[in-house]
Amino acid sequence: MADGAPMKMVRARPRDLKTQPGFNQVAWFCIAALYAPIAVLVIFSFNDNRSVVLWTEFSLRWYISAFGNVGIQSAAIISFEVALVATIGATIFATMAALATTRTRPFRGLTLAYGIINQPLMVPEIVTAIATLSLFSIVKQATGITGIGYLMLAHTAFCIPFAYMPIRARLEDMTLSLEQAAADLYAPPMKVFRRVTLPLLMPGIMAGAMLAFVVSLDDVIITLMVAGPGETTLPIYILGAIRRGITPEINAVSTILVMISVLFVAQFFLVQRQARR
Amino acid sequence: MMERIDLQPVSEGAVRPAVAAENVTKIFGEGPDRVTALDRVSVQIRQNEFFTLLGPSGCGKTTLLRLIAGFEIPDLGLIHLDGQDITALPPHRRPVNTVFQSYALFPHMTVAENIGFGLEMLGQPQLEVDGTVARMLSMVRMEAMAGRRTDQLSGGQQQRVALARALAPNPKVLLLDEPLAALDLKLRKEMQIELKRLQNETGITFVFVTHDQEEALTMSDRVAVMSEGRILQIGSPREIYNHPAHRFVADFIGDINILPGQILSVSAEAMSVALAPNVTIEASCTGIDPREGAVSVAIRPESANIAQMGSQPGLEGVIENIVYFGTATNFHIRLDGGEAFTVRTPSGTDTTLDFSIGDRAVVVLRAGQARILID
Amino acid sequence: MSVISETPADHATTQLRAAASAVRRRERRTRGILLAPALTTILLVSILPLSITLIYSFLKPGSYGGVEWSFSTEAYVQFLFERDIFEDTLAFHTAYLQIFGRSILLALVATLGALLLGFPTAYFIATKPREQRNLWLFLITLPFWTNLLIRTYAMLLIVRDEGVINIALMKLGLISEPLAILYTDKAVFIGLIYSYLPFMVLPLYASLEKLDFRLVEAAYDLYASRLKVLRRVIIPLAKPGIVAGCILVFIPGLGAYITPELLGGGKKLMIGNMIAIQVGSSRNWPFGSAAALILMSLVMVSLLIYARSSGREGHSDG
Repeated sequence: MADGAPMKMVRARPRDLKTQPGFNQVAWFCIAALYAPIAVLVIFSFNDNRSVVLWTEFSLRWYISAFGNVGIQSAAIISFEVALVATIGATIFATMAALATTRTRPFRGLTLAYGIINQPLMVPEIVTAIATLSLFSIVKQATGITGIGYLMLAHTAFCIPFAYMPIRARLEDMTLSLEQAAADLYAPPMKVFRRVTLPLLMPGIMAGAMLAFVVSLDDVIITLMVAGPGETTLPIYILGAIRRGITPEINAVSTILVMISVLFVAQFFLVQRQARR
Repeated sequence: MMERIDLQPVSEGAVRPAVAAENVTKIFGEGPDRVTALDRVSVQIRQNEFFTLLGPSGCGKTTLLRLIAGFEIPDLGLIHLDGQDITALPPHRRPVNTVFQSYALFPHMTVAENIGFGLEMLGQPQLEVDGTVARMLSMVRMEAMAGRRTDQLSGGQQQRVALARALAPNPKVLLLDEPLAALDLKLRKEMQIELKRLQNETGITFVFVTHDQEEALTMSDRVAVMSEGRILQIGSPREIYNHPAHRFVADFIGDINILPGQILSVSAEAMSVALAPNVTIEASCTGIDPREGAVSVAIRPESANIAQMGSQPGLEGVIENIVYFGTATNFHIRLDGGEAFTVRTPSGTDTTLDFSIGDRAVVVLRAGQARILID
Repeated sequence: MSVISETPADHATTQLRAAASAVRRRERRTRGILLAPALTTILLVSILPLSITLIYSFLKPGSYGGVEWSFSTEAYVQFLFERDIFEDTLAFHTAYLQIFGRSILLALVATLGALLLGFPTAYFIATKPREQRNLWLFLITLPFWTNLLIRTYAMLLIVRDEGVINIALMKLGLISEPLAILYTDKAVFIGLIYSYLPFMVLPLYASLEKLDFRLVEAAYDLYASRLKVLRRVIIPLAKPGIVAGCILVFIPGLGAYITPELLGGGKKLMIGNMIAIQVGSSRNWPFGSAAALILMSLVMVSLLIYARSSGREGHSDG
C-alpha cells in the first residue's frame, strides 16, 4: 500500500446479493393489500350483522336473501345469457382468426388484421362504450330493431381479443409438420383440421373461452352504456345497489361473483399448465 | 460452372422410373432475399431402388424431397410418379409417404392409431386396418407398444413408429428426410441395416435424404450428390467413391488427395497426366470432355503406397505427420512440389513401422486409381 | 446436355404457374373466410362507432338529446370557454380543463405510486426460486381477474368513515375522529393503484426475470453499496419493464370510470365520469364525443411517447 494513501473502508459483500433493503416488506404488504379488501368483503358477507366491521356470528342469511331477490335472479340470468352467447361467438371467431394469422408466411394486411383484432384492448372502455351506444342508437332508430342482441354483439366484440391470445399462443406451439404428416397420410384438409389441428388446439380454445366468459361477466362500463331497460346484468345491478346504499346482500352477491371469476381463472391456469406438458 | 454428370445414361424403352423430376426449379423469397433452392434439377429414380440424395445443408435435397411429397410446388419443371404427372397434385392425393426428420407423430393418438391413420384416411374397414397395423408393429418389432402414447417413447422407438406409419399404406415411394439424424451412433448403425432390410423385403422405392456420406454409401443402390441446388453426380456408391467427377464430390465423399497435372495425351477413356517431372499416371476421365493443358487429378489415400526413397518411382516428399488409428495409419506428406498428400496404409503391412516424422519418402501411385476432376 | 423441345416445356410451365396461382388464390380465399367474422364484428362494433363519435363531436346538440346534423365546433369550444348566451361572448372556463388536469395528475401520481409499490413486488417474485414464480404470479394476477367494480366496492368498504381503516385506527386510539378518506382525491388515488397494480408488476417482472445477477455481483465486487447497485445497475436494466408498466397503468388510469365514480362520490370527477355524464344526463352528445376524442388523443400521445422511448432503447442497445 502506498504511503499516505488513505485506507478505504471495504464493505463486506452482502451475503445474499439478491436482497434489497425493504423490498420484501413492501412486496408482502402489496400482496396483503391486494387481497385484504376482497378478504374483508368475503368474510363479512358471512357476517350475521349488517355491519362491515363488527363480527357477530357466521350466517348465510344474506346469501339466502340474495338468492330470493328477484332483481338479483334476473340480473344473474341475463349476465349468464350474455356471457354465454358472447363467449361462444368470440371463441369461434377468435379461433378462425387465429388459424388465419398464425403460422403463415407474412401476407399483406397481416399487421392490419392483427391490429384490428386487438383494437378493443387499445381504446379506453368509456370511449368504446359511448361510441358503441351512438352506433346502436342510430341503428335502432333506422331499423326499429331492439333487444338484447345489441348487448350480446358488443360483448362479443370486446371478448374476441381475450379469446384470441391463448388460442394463438397454443397454435404457435404446434409445428406445421403434424398437419403435413396428416396430409401426407391421405387426409384431405377438412380431415386434417378435424383429426389433428382441432384436438391439439383444444386446450387453447378452452382457455380462450374461459377468459372471454370472465371478461364478459365482469364488464361494467360498456354494459352500463349500451344495455337497455330490462337488460340489467349482475355488475350493473350491483352498481345500482351501491349507489342506492350499501346493503349486505351486495356483499353476498359480490362474493359469489368473485368466486366464479376465481374458479374460471384457476381453471384457465391449470389448462395452460397441462397444455405445456 | 458446374455441370451435371450422369454416369448411367437412361436408355429409351427402359422401365418407367418410379420418380422422375424434369428440370425442376424452386425459388424462395423475393428481391434481395431470393434463394434458388433447386436449379433445373432432373433425376430419374428407378423402381425398387434405394436412392439417396446426399449433400451438405442448404444443397436443396430436402426441398426436392418435399416437392416429391407435395408440400411445395415447383416454380418450373415437372414431377412424375410412375409416369404420371403429379407436379401440382396436393399431398393427400399422392401415393407417396414421408418419414419426417422430427418424426411428426400425432401426440394425441396411440402408437397403433398413428400407424393406422393413413389406412383410416383411405377408408379401409377397421378389421383390415387392425390387421395391417399388427403386421407393421411386428415388422418394426414394436408389438408391445401398441397402446402407448407417442410421447412416452424413446427416440429410436418413435423413429420405428414413424417408419411403420409411413409403410402401412403400402406407398409406391417412401421418402425419408434425414430420419436417423437424431439417433446415437450405435442406434443409427442398427437402423441403417434395418432400413436396408425393409427396403429389400417390401420392394418399395426408397428416396433417402442425408448429409452423412458414410450412411449414403452404406445403404444406397445409387447416390445423387447435390450442392447449391444442383445435382453434381449420380451413380452407385462405388462409382461415386472411386470415380468422383467433380472436385466437390471428391471432397465430400471420403478423404481425397487432389494434385495439379498437365495432360500429355488423351485416349478414349483415360488421359496421360504428368504430375511431376518423370511421374506420369493414367487417369480415367469417363464422361468428361477432354481438355488441354492443366487439370486436377484425384487420388484416394488408400490408392497410394508409401515407400523408401529410391526404391520405386513416384512423388517424393517429407513426412510431416503419422497418425495411427487402429485399422490403418495415415501418413501426411509434404510433396516436393508443395502440395499436401495423405497415404493410408492398412495395419498389418510391414512398411508402417519403417518411417518417422521428418523422413523423406516416396509416394507410389497404383495404376488405374486416379481420376480427372471437373472443378 | 439434354435438350428439351420448347413447346412442351412452355406448356408445362404455364400449367404450373396456373396451378401455383390457383393454390395461392384458394389460400387467400380461405384466409378471408376465416378472418371475416372476427374482423367484421370488431370493425362494426368497435371501429365504425369511433368514426361516428368523431362526426358527432362536430355537430350541434339536439334539443331533446341526440344530435342535430349541422356542422359546429361548439363542442370543442365549450371545452375551454363558456359562452354567455345573452352577450354572446366567450369567457375562459376552467371547469372542464380542471377535470382533465385532475385526471392527468391523478393518473400520473397513481402510476408513480404503483411503480414504487410494484417494483419491490416484482423484484421479490423475480428473485424467488424458479418453480415458485408461476405460483406468485398467479397470486398477483388473480385479483385482476375479479370484477373491477367489486374490488373498488371492497376498497370503498375499507376506506369509508365506518370502514376498516378508520375503525382500526380509532380502536387503537391513534385518532379520535374518522379520517375523511372516501370521496377525496386520496381515495381515488388509492383506488387507481389498487385497480392497476398487477399491470405494473407483470411487465416489471418480465424485465427483472431476465436480469443477469452476475452483473449485480460484479458491482458488489467493485465496492458498490446496495443502494448504488439498485440505482446504477438494477433499475437501468429494468427500464423496458418500467416504461411498459407505467404505460399499462397510466392509460387505463386516465380513462378510469368506476374508481372515481365510487370512491370520488361524484365530486371528484375524472374524464371518464365527465363523458358519461355528458352523454347520459346532460344529453350533450357532441360535447361528450369531443371529450372522448380528446381522451383518445391523450392516449395516443402516451403510446407514441412509449413507442419512441422503447424504440430508442433498442437503438442504444444495438
